[in-house]
Amino acid sequence: MEHYNMDLTLKIWRQKNRQSKGGFRTYEVKNISSEMSFLEMIDVLNEQLIMEGKEDPIAFDHDCREGICGMCSMYINGKPHGPWKATTVCQLHMRAFKNGETITVEPWRANSFPVVKDLVTDRSAFDRIIQAGGYISVNTGNAVDGNSVAVDKEKSDKAFYAAACIACGACVAACKNSSAMLFVSAKVSHLGLLPQGAPERQTRVVSMVAQMDKEGFGSCTNIQACEAACPKEISITNIARLNGEYLSAGLTMENKLTT
Amino acid sequence: MTWKQMFTSSVGKKFVMALTGIFLISFLVVHVGLNACIWANDNGKMFNVAAHFMGTTILVRIMEIGLFLGIIVHLVQGYILNLQNQKRRSVGYAVEYGNRGSKWYSRSMGLLGTLLLLFLIMHIWHFWTPSRFGGMWSVQPLSEVTYPGTQIEYHNLYAEMLTVFQNPIIVILYVIGCISLAYHLMHGFESSFRTVGVHNNRYLTLIRYTGRGFSIIVSLAFAMMPVSMYLGWVK
Amino acid sequence: MLDAKIPAGKLDEKWEDYKGHCKLVNPANKRRLEIIIVGTGLAGASAAASLGELGYKVKAFCYQDSPRRAHSIAAQGGINAAKNYQNDGDSVFRLFYDTIKGGDYRAREANVHRLAEVSGSIIDQCVAQGVPFAREYGGLLSNRSFGGTQVQRTFYAAGQTGQQLLIGAYQALERQVALGNVRMYNRHEMLELVVSDGKAKGIICRNLINGELERHSGHAVLLCTGGYGNVFYLSTNAMGCNVTAAWKAHKKGAYFANPCFTQIHPTCIPVSGDHQSKLTLMSESLRNDGRIWVPKKQNDTRKPNEIPEEERDYYLERRYPAFGNLVPRDVASRAAKERCDAGYGVGTSRQAVYLDYADAILRYGQIEAGKRDLTTADTNAFIQMGKEVVREKYGNLFDMYEKITGENPYELPMRIYPAVHYTMGGLWVDYELQTTVPGLYCLGEANFSDHGANRLGASALMQGLADGYFVIPYTIGNYLADEIANKAMPIDHPAFADAEATVENRINKLKSINGKQSVESFHKRLGKIMWDKCGMARNAEGLLQAIREIQQLRDEFWSDVRIPGDINEMNSELDKAGRVADFIELGELMCHDALTRNESCGGHFREEFQTPEGEALRDDQDYMYVAAWEYKNLSEWGLHKEELKYDVVKPSQRSYK
Repeated sequence: MEHYNMDLTLKIWRQKNRQSKGGFRTYEVKNISSEMSFLEMIDVLNEQLIMEGKEDPIAFDHDCREGICGMCSMYINGKPHGPWKATTVCQLHMRAFKNGETITVEPWRANSFPVVKDLVTDRSAFDRIIQAGGYISVNTGNAVDGNSVAVDKEKSDKAFYAAACIACGACVAACKNSSAMLFVSAKVSHLGLLPQGAPERQTRVVSMVAQMDKEGFGSCTNIQACEAACPKEISITNIARLNGEYLSAGLTMENKLTT
Repeated sequence: MTWKQMFTSSVGKKFVMALTGIFLISFLVVHVGLNACIWANDNGKMFNVAAHFMGTTILVRIMEIGLFLGIIVHLVQGYILNLQNQKRRSVGYAVEYGNRGSKWYSRSMGLLGTLLLLFLIMHIWHFWTPSRFGGMWSVQPLSEVTYPGTQIEYHNLYAEMLTVFQNPIIVILYVIGCISLAYHLMHGFESSFRTVGVHNNRYLTLIRYTGRGFSIIVSLAFAMMPVSMYLGWVK
Repeated sequence: MLDAKIPAGKLDEKWEDYKGHCKLVNPANKRRLEIIIVGTGLAGASAAASLGELGYKVKAFCYQDSPRRAHSIAAQGGINAAKNYQNDGDSVFRLFYDTIKGGDYRAREANVHRLAEVSGSIIDQCVAQGVPFAREYGGLLSNRSFGGTQVQRTFYAAGQTGQQLLIGAYQALERQVALGNVRMYNRHEMLELVVSDGKAKGIICRNLINGELERHSGHAVLLCTGGYGNVFYLSTNAMGCNVTAAWKAHKKGAYFANPCFTQIHPTCIPVSGDHQSKLTLMSESLRNDGRIWVPKKQNDTRKPNEIPEEERDYYLERRYPAFGNLVPRDVASRAAKERCDAGYGVGTSRQAVYLDYADAILRYGQIEAGKRDLTTADTNAFIQMGKEVVREKYGNLFDMYEKITGENPYELPMRIYPAVHYTMGGLWVDYELQTTVPGLYCLGEANFSDHGANRLGASALMQGLADGYFVIPYTIGNYLADEIANKAMPIDHPAFADAEATVENRINKLKSINGKQSVESFHKRLGKIMWDKCGMARNAEGLLQAIREIQQLRDEFWSDVRIPGDINEMNSELDKAGRVADFIELGELMCHDALTRNESCGGHFREEFQTPEGEALRDDQDYMYVAAWEYKNLSEWGLHKEELKYDVVKPSQRSYK
């Protein structure tokens, strides 16, 4: 791989806080190495802004920078996490871009993910959805031996693929309806596929969907944009599975849940 | 969980869309099969007899009410959902994701549905009202026809079709309607099964290809009807 | 001499005995006791969930936007447990023994034995929570071997074990939030410990969204804030990982133990340039099949494929014929550094060695051909089939490598180099995980307790969860039982006001410097000093120089740092400035500690103390102790020793030859 340097124009969303209006600002960065990650390029810009002293550096969420914590979240040139498939922003490298390019960077857009500052959004709605039922109710110390229940490997693998979700919110950002169904269904599938999660299957799906609605996410119209944007390639088959679980709960569950 | 909860949640509303959608798909099967009788090349006899059966059988008439209800629920719910979903993002993107993440027709179900609705109004005006209400608002009064061997007077819907489809503009509008239908189904067929919870990948694959085939074949068949008549392939 | 309050009795009965005799708090009283937990990684989240389940009122804090983002999530390899499901001779004792030996005899026997004892329960608990561990076709749990142990005791979930375990703990935590037992404070950073009457009574933290300082009071404070590897600037830690909470506690009286014990992981993706902000680890499991080599010629600029077999130096296989490429982390890391320092490094930076899969690909290809009965296949066909097998086993790691470097590891050998990964040192805690400040506890990587001078692979997750799920729920009761009569200290108490004023003054001071250099530039400079002089190899002269340089850097920082933005808003530069200021002070202590420990052990390698073959030379006579440092003043610490007594294990020289 030949390395090269590039000059870029960046159009970045700036917004002081949740209440203020915000808008795009344009910046130039020079001599960006193709070996840098996208966030390292933003670091360069931020150092530049700090040294110039005219504008505050750009606020953005990031932490592990190895594609697993789910903190980073930028909508780059019209795609959550930028142009590469199955990649978070922190793993997106600058060789994805050419010298002289203009890159537009926006925060996740959804009313349920309000902008906190610049590119930082508030994704606590996801935590509240998990609180509604995204767990197996087992207190510490209650567990029986790990091998006392055999789990169908196929189901276990499917549960694992669903559990790979990092809750970054790219699915919501990508969806034209701002729906959180991929996120919710990944959790419903992960826990519902395992025998340990079976006792709470019905209440889980009903409560989580109710909380999702309460948070103001849109409904799913199966357009599959979420799947294409997901850095962990969570399949929309999980959404179909959630629908099935919900239907079965809707038809048979007698317990009225109050949320 | 109550029935109300079940059908008013975001997932429940989608059930309503899917169930009415599947119901309307099943109607299309009947409709296209029946209309294909025009190609029997018997001057419309088979078609008129079949249409008569549909128009006079009590069970079918009851189902017709269901059909209209289905259409109304499907479109009202569809509009409501569309509107609600649009409101979930007050500030939009400067650069749209576009076709890189999904198919344009999947994102345009509302638009395609609206085109279908406009088409449907025209279509009902052309054929349904004349046959039910004796041409109150119809293009021209419906003629009657009898066939040897029976005493029954049949509405000559076949002749009605021949007349209506002499106008090239109407033929084009019908073809546009059928294209809208094809794309609406292209997404709707598979999507409705996903919404009611089919998640087994073997079945999903089956449904996907059936859906695509169905969308193309049915819509093509419908589109060929006005075209056949306009071009004089059937007389 | 420090007293670790280790229960009397036989090693394998100590924990049972402790549990049978520690004080209990009755359920009605638990409701009235508040516990503050800082950090929500494996240790923090599991502790918050377990204590919430017991009925305590818990407040949990994390600096991220959700507790699920803590850096435990990035652990790839697996978690050890002495289940002996594989019938290969594993036992609690063997796990205990391996951990003590791996730690180069600088860990406390009783703690490590307890860790091994509860390891099995951790797996049970995680399975019950729905952690999707890898399974065999029969549906039972799968194991693999890891990090040079001789038994298969590592449980794993592909390359995402840490993620799956953390999400399990996170979900348990969120369940307690939903039940009202835990209150979660996201985007909050602890900036001061509140101590009154010698006991920990609360914390001051900053709301990272609006910059407001908040006072939180509790009957006990648990620090579960992870390691301090970011003192090196470049490490495999997350960008936000910091020592601040632990450091504030240290300045308020908690001793800091063995700060110089840092683990350098041998298989990381090398630095590509000055812009580098963090390093990425490639799972240690890659060493199971890959061969590590450098050219035999110095400064060889040929491409790896152009270097013939006889001109390659497989230096690990040469130096350690018995363990070869599977020597422990510290040994492998030092050997790589030795080759690169001697001028044999590869890549543009010359700071890398090759990890080559060509042999493994061919070998797997031949096996595969044998399975399919393809006797006539040629080498190309073998390679093709071998690549498939390797993709199956290591595909996600290879993809990650390609994403970062832009090179295809199926065609070219990967370039790797050691990087800072884990810190064995941390706040000193006794057997109950209590620090030297009563009421202040420290769990997980943030404490020093279980890994001695070197941690074995797949043991960090085990320790974090052991502390949170199975140790603290018992030991904290022993303290809180005596606190039931006391109300939580009101937040208008002068101790709170003082602590808040301290924080406020410090922030104002930082902000008002308004100098010319960015926080990042100071952090980079600190990292370079630490890496060069207190990294994989240390010597007295270098350490003394490092201390001087760090002191200068500190003065420069406090007179020339530039922090943009306002105090009362989200300001990540301000957050970072506070953390870097603490790292600078910690760096100095690490150098002191390394300078004082005149021996080589585990991750601590003093060049003056090595065998003629260049291996670490331990000094059990004089240094078989935990060095716990008491903060006295700026640049001034007092050393307290905790003697390590080995009743069961006989310390011996580690040999991997």
